[in-house]
Amino acid sequence: MEHGDEHHRSTPLSHEKLAMWAFLGSECLLFGGLISTYMLYKNKLPEGTAISPGELFDIPFTSVTTFVLLMSSLTMVLSVSSITRGDLRRNRVWLLTTALLGAVFIGGQVYEFTAFYNEGAGFTTNLWSSAFFTLTGFHGVHVSIGIVMLMSLFIGNLTGRITKASAEKVEIIGLYWHFVDIVWIVIFTIVYLFPQ
Amino acid sequence: MAIVEDTPRELTTGQPAVAERPLGVLTRPTSTEGWKSWLTTVDHKRIGILYGAAAIFFFVVGGIEALLIRLQLARPGATVLGADLYNQVFTMHGVTMIFLVAMPLGAAFANYLIPLQIGTRDVAFPRLNAFSFWCFLAGAIFINTSWFLGGAPDGGWFAYAPNTGVLFSPSNGMDFFAIGLQITGIASLLSAINLIVTVVNLRAPGMTWFRMPVFTWMMLVVQVLLLFAIPVITLALFLLMFDRLWGANFFNVEAGADPLLWEHLFWIFGHPEVYILILPAFGAVSEIIPVFSRKPIFGYKFMIFSGIAIGFMGWGVWAHHMFASGIGPISVAAFSVSTMFIAVPTGVKILNWMATMWGGRLRFTTPMLFAVGLVSMFTIGGLSGVTHSVAPADTQQTDTYYIVAHFHYVVFGGVILGLFGGMYFWWPKVFGYALDDRAGKWNFWLMLIGFNVTFGPMHLLGLQGMSRRIQTYSSGQGFDLWNMVATIGSFMIALSVLVFVGNILQSYRTRNRRPPVGPDPWDGRSLEWATASPTPVHNFDYVPVVESLDDFWHRKWGEDEDGNIVRLATAEQIAQTGERRDVHLPSPSYWPLVVAIGLPIIGYGLIFNYWLCMVGGAIVLGGVYAWIMEPTDDPDAAHGPDGHDDHHDGDGDGNGATTDESEAEELEAPVG
Repeated sequence: MEHGDEHHRSTPLSHEKLAMWAFLGSECLLFGGLISTYMLYKNKLPEGTAISPGELFDIPFTSVTTFVLLMSSLTMVLSVSSITRGDLRRNRVWLLTTALLGAVFIGGQVYEFTAFYNEGAGFTTNLWSSAFFTLTGFHGVHVSIGIVMLMSLFIGNLTGRITKASAEKVEIIGLYWHFVDIVWIVIFTIVYLFPQ
Repeated sequence: MAIVEDTPRELTTGQPAVAERPLGVLTRPTSTEGWKSWLTTVDHKRIGILYGAAAIFFFVVGGIEALLIRLQLARPGATVLGADLYNQVFTMHGVTMIFLVAMPLGAAFANYLIPLQIGTRDVAFPRLNAFSFWCFLAGAIFINTSWFLGGAPDGGWFAYAPNTGVLFSPSNGMDFFAIGLQITGIASLLSAINLIVTVVNLRAPGMTWFRMPVFTWMMLVVQVLLLFAIPVITLALFLLMFDRLWGANFFNVEAGADPLLWEHLFWIFGHPEVYILILPAFGAVSEIIPVFSRKPIFGYKFMIFSGIAIGFMGWGVWAHHMFASGIGPISVAAFSVSTMFIAVPTGVKILNWMATMWGGRLRFTTPMLFAVGLVSMFTIGGLSGVTHSVAPADTQQTDTYYIVAHFHYVVFGGVILGLFGGMYFWWPKVFGYALDDRAGKWNFWLMLIGFNVTFGPMHLLGLQGMSRRIQTYSSGQGFDLWNMVATIGSFMIALSVLVFVGNILQSYRTRNRRPPVGPDPWDGRSLEWATASPTPVHNFDYVPVVESLDDFWHRKWGEDEDGNIVRLATAEQIAQTGERRDVHLPSPSYWPLVVAIGLPIIGYGLIFNYWLCMVGGAIVLGGVYAWIMEPTDDPDAAHGPDGHDDHHDGDGDGNGATTDESEAEELEAPVG
């Protein structure tokens, strides 16, 4: 038999990037299921419930944290662009900024959860509250994992493990980060903006 | 990590390098022999064997559970198992056979064969592949420890909530179910991503989409189904877990929850799952039948597209499991029609297998017998399946033994027969010796007859109205005879499995006394037969170049002017010998195992004591970071500047790196 090239690869994409795309496809169904469950239960408040989602939500506050999260996508793009150019210093700055913006979003979520809980809507209170905390909580966990990965990249950059050659790693984690942001746009619209 | 290796090393063995270096935390293990090397292996072939061994072990466990069920039901009013224990046993029988036998057995074949059939050295992410296996095993053991920790799951493998809520299932069993299946789900999801990337990106030169063997195609469809089905069941299991552990309300009907939510989520996963189970067997049979008919598969592209069609339509039929649940006439009608439609691509496959055999030079070896067994038995199961798609009939059949008969005809008659055939077929390739054909035929006939004696009468029992999942029945309802017959049949199946195990032992003992199998014992068609048996650790000496479908066969056989088949070469002449010793292979790793051990500890923690979660979480987190930080390969291999150190598992084995330096690495590497 003839001998093929040892380093043959069937598509121009790297394994890692393909894997991340496949994983994100899978995540679509996870969030799809969560959002469907929320939609099923969002109007099922028991008779005489004292608290309604419409009264709990502080739309201006959540809009601000949403804006912060969306801006983190911009800084993520900037960090990918800087590492592609080999600008490690700027890459550090933008990675840290992205992680911080994500942390601000999480902080806002923690504040919001606490406020809701204090107003009497805990995880176990009713159908709506279980579905709400589960959906937004799952998203919050995804953002937090993203922050951990961004900080790992940041530390990798400081210790010299992340260089221009590893630009694709930053890009792949960026894919994850943008995906999580897009999911939040859907969640924000459906949970907060749709009339209750 | 610019470790420069100055002294050139001798290139002597095909094994990963044995680096003389003290084992630090982040060095990679080096042994490739002995039992310890199985714990750290990242070789797709060894991982495939591990999957297969685990699946056969759990097949015996699930089989014993089945025998207990049959003993209890053999006679009216029997007291072998109490009602509570019966619930646990039938639940664990289903959970074991589906999640711990059929799925890993499919994964065993996928892992072993996909890289060989597409002509590559390993999967895209070898360490992730090892993790998938250990993660599966950790989840499987976790679920089974529930037997000793307060009782096994008792709500059926479908786990209908709210019936599986704390109120109706107060033991920890369903918690073990929910958490354990999440752990095995992680394994399936990562394995699916890994194998999809492998097939998309690592096909040998010339191996275009429509030159891939049908088996690889079917496995690709399975991985895509897993990719999209696993998150749905994961979500459902999370909701159930939140309800049970922390008092959420998702299935709390008192608070207004919709009792159909679980059913929908479960079956949106559950119906693709059915195809996840059967398509590997379809793939195996599609390899076996052409070889023993000495004809190419009939309608190759039809086979591929019908497999893809099954994969798509599998998402649109889930509610046929819910005809009796009150989903409304429109839904029932729609799902009824879509269910009838999905029989079409399956029928295409059945007809294509028969057309492949038609006019072929048939050799009824053991694998061929199992393959023909699948075609005939699955057809019976498929036909009874079509009777379920007729909703009015289905409302009569729901929850009777007719359903039990149907799904055993497709799952046992399909998955088990097909994959047993696959085991007989590929055994020489995997282990270098063949299983005995005479014992194999005993195995087949005992299994086939036992299977029909067991599950055939269940059609009658079901139509007579015997309810499934009941622990016992009273005499005088006409159930006595056929239940006794079914029990006798189940022991025949058990006997056939004993013959199988005995065959393995006997064939292993006499392996040196029989003629060597050579690279190609069956006159095979696909690339796995184009290398030595057992497969050398590096798979292929040289990456093959593929020119047509069934490329290997066309190199052995051609046509003369009169259209007669003439031999061009023997398999021994053209198959690779596996003697090359300078192939750079990925090094083993401890961390997949470590991370996998952390997961069930988190699971126990969630059930018993949250402090354990901290321990498990620390193990997982530490393991993941150690995984990322450990050198790509053995520490002494010169790997140029950093940059492709963590994720690039496949770096050295000829697929990850694209830069020029990778060529240099290959030469410098001490691996031999």
